[in-house]
Amino acid sequence: MTEKVYHYPLWIRLWHVFNALLCLVLIVTGISMQFSEPNRSLVPFDLAVSIHNSAAILLIINYLYFLIVNRLSGNRMHYKITEKGYVKMLITQFRYYTLGIFRGEKTPFPVSEVRKFNPLQQFAYIVILYWFFPLIIITGLGLFFPEMIITRIFGISGLFLTDLFHILSGFVVSMFMIVHIYFCTMGTRLTSLFKGMINGWVEIH
Amino acid sequence: MKYKYWRRSRVIPFTLLLSNLVYVSFGLDPAASAPLVADTAFTKSAFYDQNEQCFRCHGNSKYTYFNPVSEKDVSATMCENRVIHRNEFYTANHRSFACVDCHAAEYDTFPHPGQLRMEAPYNCIDCHGYDEQYAQYHFEEIEEEFQQSTHYTANGDAFTCWKCHNPHTYRINIRNSTSMQQSIAYDNQICLNCHSDFERFQLLSDREEINLIQKHEWLPNQGLHFSQVRCIECHARLNDSLMVAHRIMPKDKSVKRCVECHSQNSLLMSSLYKFQAKESRSDAGFLNSIILNDAFVIGANRNIILNRISLIVFFASLGLMLMHLLLRMIFKRND
Ligand code: HEC
Ligand code: HEC
Ligand code: HEC
Ligand code: HEC
Ligand code: HEC
Ligand code: HEC
Ligand code: HEC
Ligand code: HEM
Repeated sequence: MTEKVYHYPLWIRLWHVFNALLCLVLIVTGISMQFSEPNRSLVPFDLAVSIHNSAAILLIINYLYFLIVNRLSGNRMHYKITEKGYVKMLITQFRYYTLGIFRGEKTPFPVSEVRKFNPLQQFAYIVILYWFFPLIIITGLGLFFPEMIITRIFGISGLFLTDLFHILSGFVVSMFMIVHIYFCTMGTRLTSLFKGMINGWVEIH
Repeated sequence: MKYKYWRRSRVIPFTLLLSNLVYVSFGLDPAASAPLVADTAFTKSAFYDQNEQCFRCHGNSKYTYFNPVSEKDVSATMCENRVIHRNEFYTANHRSFACVDCHAAEYDTFPHPGQLRMEAPYNCIDCHGYDEQYAQYHFEEIEEEFQQSTHYTANGDAFTCWKCHNPHTYRINIRNSTSMQQSIAYDNQICLNCHSDFERFQLLSDREEINLIQKHEWLPNQGLHFSQVRCIECHARLNDSLMVAHRIMPKDKSVKRCVECHSQNSLLMSSLYKFQAKESRSDAGFLNSIILNDAFVIGANRNIILNRISLIVFFASLGLMLMHLLLRMIFKRND
């Protein structure tokens, strides 16, 4: 029997499953709108617009829920960079993913009672959740209430810039999702992290 | 009969006179394009003083006349829709006209003789039809299109070109547009004059008031749409040879499918952005024309470069991950 830690309490799992589903819906409808064509569209345009809007509102609520409970529960500490020499740690982890893992080396930052994420993982989550989520939400709200947008920024249409940032951050989050799923196969075992996200308990190294 | 003669006998000399006047006073070549409204906004009409005889009363909300019976000056209010603002008149297309070019000279008497009211006004085509100088506007084709529009078929001769083209204020807009927003607002105001003013609407039809907001409830971001596209984008049938489509279609033939605009081959390219889009109908063309126009149309603006970069990034990451996975599998077996 391997040792297990209860790293994913129910509230995280609930947040996470809703977050993942909503993101999926937003990506599909978003791509469908961006590449809409009269005769071949993933989702009919007007339907895509209303689904995208509704899913976005739910996502915002879900995100606020995450921000609040994450702080209250103390899970926030996993999202704080406390160690010195963080860049070095990132490089170490990167080296592990590109070389060490093939040589059968031990992971440099194993999951433990106190460590939930390796530095690269942590950094990715911070970037996505605390940088790109706010950006995508603010630009999305801007498109939802276009009256609020500054019409011109340095001679460029404000709406155009807003939309550009929205699409760019949408792309970043979509890419994150794919890479994220792949990296989740690199826990102690192929499925350890997925099991963890389902029942809360994750095997430690 | 009498009126027909009157019409023809006056049109010819005065159009000649006017066209000469235009060439002389503005130094224009007949083939040169239309002068910009702004350029000529401050030119003084040759008929300025003559028109003042009419503006004296029609330029203000109050007018004064001499009552020979009581032998007194009497002041009265000029009803609002008979007031013409000088600044609007002198920036309109027909700013170089005298009032009595279009209206009978007998209007210089007051009270105006009653039978003047019965005279039919000229139509656009009477002056502009088959005239090379105005060939670029395709008046004849506009006339044909208009006669098949729902306005004409439902309301007949009572609906003339003047109903949309206010004789005293109309000026070409989108053709010389410097601000797309303003031109859209101007064009839509033409429709809203009736469609948000039941008093004018009812002059032509017995139909109940049409509530536009309610009728367009299916359209999200209504305010945004009405300020970014013209009513005619959805309501007029496209006509490639016309700058402004004039055949307003019955309501069940109006554009309701979002993808007509929200797609790469957006209909806006052949209507609203006609001129800008024509120059560069290449891949990046539509994007550029829209940036210039302050609009961003989802589905229509596609940045080709960004699209390609994102595809490359996507497949590169996918490839890297697959390779990584493969290597993991290989090295695991060897261990
Ligand atoms: C003394 C004031 C006065 C002057 C000057 C005057 N008008 Fe009028 N006009 C009126 C009034 C008042 C009416 C509305 C009552 C009526 O229709 O007779 C009117 C009505 C009109 C109408 C609308 C008639 C209709 O069919 O309803 C026209 C067209 C018109 N004027 C043209 C002119 C022209 C052109 C001139 C200058 C040559 C002119 N008026 C000078 C007072 C004036
Ligand atoms: C290009 C031709 C043209 C010129 C120039 C012109 N008018 Fe008119 N005017 C018309 C026409 C056409 C109508 C009738 C509009 C309609 O049927 O809706 C009209 C209507 C009117 C009316 C009645 C308004 C109404 O709603 O019933 C008045 C008053 C009037 N004109 C005064 C003037 C005065 C004053 C001038 C000079 C400053 C002038 N017009 C110059 C073509 C012209
Ligand atoms: C009585 C004759 C007459 C009538 C009726 C008339 N116009 Fe004109 N229009 C002219 C003349 C003459 C000019 C040139 C005036 C100038 O350049 O100052 C002109 C100018 C114009 C211009 C500007 C052309 C340019 O290249 O600058 C437009 C557009 C126009 N008219 C549209 C119309 C429309 C639309 C109607 C009907 C609603 C109409 N006109 C009715 C005689 C007329
Ligand atoms: C239902 C309203 C409506 C009617 C009726 C109408 N027009 Fe127009 N017309 C417009 C609008 C809106 C524009 C756009 C104005 C602009 O932006 O310059 C326009 C523009 C034009 C232009 C300028 C197009 C260009 O190439 O720049 C001409 C010429 C014209 N109309 C002629 C006519 C003639 C002739 C008739 C009658 C046979 C007529 N219109 C009837 C609404 C109308
Ligand atoms: C995005 C396309 C679009 C735009 C923009 C648009 N409409 Fe419509 N409009 C429609 C459609 C589609 C219908 C038919 C609705 C239906 O059948 O329920 C319609 C219906 C109407 C009707 C007829 C209502 C009836 O029941 O008879 C009028 C009048 C109308 N629109 C006027 C306007 C005016 C004026 C504007 C500009 C301010 C405008 N529309 C802008 C698409 C549009
Ligand atoms: C002079 C007044 C007037 C103006 C200006 C006007 N309309 Fe209309 N419109 C009407 C009237 C009156 C009707 C009702 C016709 C009928 O009896 O069915 C109507 C009907 C319509 C309809 C409904 C047709 C249907 O099938 O029920 C549409 C769509 C429409 N207009 C669009 C426009 C657009 C677009 C413009 C501007 C380019 C415009 N209108 C300008 C008076 C006007
Ligand atoms: C006549 C063309 C046209 C049609 C038809 C049309 N749209 Fe639009 N739509 C536009 C334009 C142009 C804009 C961009 C407005 C801007 O630049 O701010 C827009 C903007 C939007 C936006 C807002 C995007 C933002 O920037 O906030 C939404 C949502 C939208 N459309 C949905 C729809 C839906 C859903 C339909 C069908 C029911 C539809 N549109 C039909 C032309 C159209
Ligand atoms: C864009 C959508 C997604 C975002 C923003 C996201 C974000 C996150 C975050 C922040 C965590 C850590 C949670 C914590 O414990 O505090 C996490 C964990 C996890 N996620 Fe996602 N996720 C997304 C989609 C997905 C999808 C689609 C899957 C799989 C199908 C998935 C599988 C996992 C797994 C297995 C874990 C546990 C491993 C770990 O904690 O790193 N995620 N995700």
